[in-house]
Amino acid sequence: MSGADAQVQPRKSGLTRRQKRALSRGAQYVVFVAAVIALAVTADWGRLKNQFAQWDLVKQMFPDVITLALKNTVLYTMSGFVFGLVLGMVIALMRLSPVGPYRWLAGIYIEIFRGLPALLIFVFVGVAVPLAFPGTEIPGGTYGKVALALGLVSAAYMAETIRAGIQAVPKGQMEAARSLGFSHARAMVSIIIPQAFRIVIPPLTNELVLLFKDSSLVLFLGVTLEERELTKFGRDLASQTANSTPILVAGLCYLLVTVPLGFVVRRLEAKAGEATK
Amino acid sequence: MSSTPEIHVRDLYKSFGDNEVLRGIDLEVGQGEVVCVIGPSGSGKSTLLRCVNLLEEPTKGQVLVGGTEVTHPDVDIDAVRRRIGMVFQQFNLFPHLSVTENLTLPQRRVLRRGKEEAARIAAENLRRVGLSEKADAYPASLSGGQQQRVAIARALAMGPEVMLFDEPTSALDPELVGDVLAVMRMLADEGMTMMVVTHEMTFAREVADRVVFMDGGVIVEDGTPAQVIGNPSHERTRHFLSRLLDPAMADVEETEKGP
Repeated sequence: MSGADAQVQPRKSGLTRRQKRALSRGAQYVVFVAAVIALAVTADWGRLKNQFAQWDLVKQMFPDVITLALKNTVLYTMSGFVFGLVLGMVIALMRLSPVGPYRWLAGIYIEIFRGLPALLIFVFVGVAVPLAFPGTEIPGGTYGKVALALGLVSAAYMAETIRAGIQAVPKGQMEAARSLGFSHARAMVSIIIPQAFRIVIPPLTNELVLLFKDSSLVLFLGVTLEERELTKFGRDLASQTANSTPILVAGLCYLLVTVPLGFVVRRLEAKAGEATK
Repeated sequence: MSSTPEIHVRDLYKSFGDNEVLRGIDLEVGQGEVVCVIGPSGSGKSTLLRCVNLLEEPTKGQVLVGGTEVTHPDVDIDAVRRRIGMVFQQFNLFPHLSVTENLTLPQRRVLRRGKEEAARIAAENLRRVGLSEKADAYPASLSGGQQQRVAIARALAMGPEVMLFDEPTSALDPELVGDVLAVMRMLADEGMTMMVVTHEMTFAREVADRVVFMDGGVIVEDGTPAQVIGNPSHERTRHFLSRLLDPAMADVEETEKGP
């Protein structure tokens, strides 16, 4: 038997490739089922139910968890996103500027704010800014502070995304615009940036999901009762009642927004993929 | 040729790093003249064309269009470019805009024309290139030939005095080339001043007033189509034309020659 034959003919001693594949898949199912059973048997369901699924506590949370906590979470997120988008746009354009110091400044900003934990930025905004500029109030109170902190963090990420989007627009677009008599700035605004935004909508929506979760850090700024968002609201109620059910409910409220958003991102990505085909 | 050439190129040099692409080009294109620039790839013909509207900054030399020195450091390049239409190999339509918007947006933003006037001029020019029925379509839904005709209409809508064509049919399927060439022939018949970088020898022979053969960054031959294409006096021109007109007959060349 030649060497080439040995590769295509099923060997008598061992299994065929098909049989091996079936065996491997079967083993994976066995491991999965075993893990689920082990978890179900070993967990103390009674105590879990007691601690996390008290129905009367759930009822007690409504409607405040939606009308107050979720509303505040969305408000914090949106204000941070808008501020971050504007700042990110400016930084992205600085990063692409022919003026050296602008590029360096933008680069330094991105490195710093991408490298620091969001929590530290919140502490910085809450403590250092009032110290550095005594007597100045950040407009909008807590809402302003959150918008500033979330905006500072997300601007760094969004700047890089937007820069990549601008650079993904084919060079010929700028050349066509310039040869029609557009100035560089006007071509950017009318031709390049609208196309860049189409490209970056999916990653920007992803950034929105991340911000949505990061808005929970507002509890480190210290908030009044009316300013509480989902995490703070859930935690407060959990410590009042010595039961973790509110935390589970708060978590589900996050999913109520992030899961549909994630679905939207995947749809947008699929659409963008089709358009570039 | 009239006394003042529409395009005047004087002693033009252009380098990309160590690569000297243009090495002393002198060229005049008279008003209403159609000049085809031919030559092997890498001969600098596209670079020459792109220097005329300053998409490439020449290293040395002068370019004048309609009496204005394009290469002058203080020139208002946006104003000069309004008088020069450019058509690209890759069409470069704006994909986020409809066909009509591709024609109206530059008019409105650059020439500050009113909404109605821009729409009227857009419709007029779409009709000229035979694409009135595609006014509301988006570029992605058009064939290459249709996209290129829209690109020509977009340039014409700005009312240019000169049109530059950078291999306008090279990215097209062979059966679509004819429609684009027909539009260009129409423009030539109307008296538009045109500078065309092309490989379409039939077009050059029938439409051009002059044909310029470039090789290695210099103009090798410049004359009527009958002279340059019909009876070339330089060996390099003959060699290029024989390979272009009958590619199947070319010999295998030694590879050390090229860069």
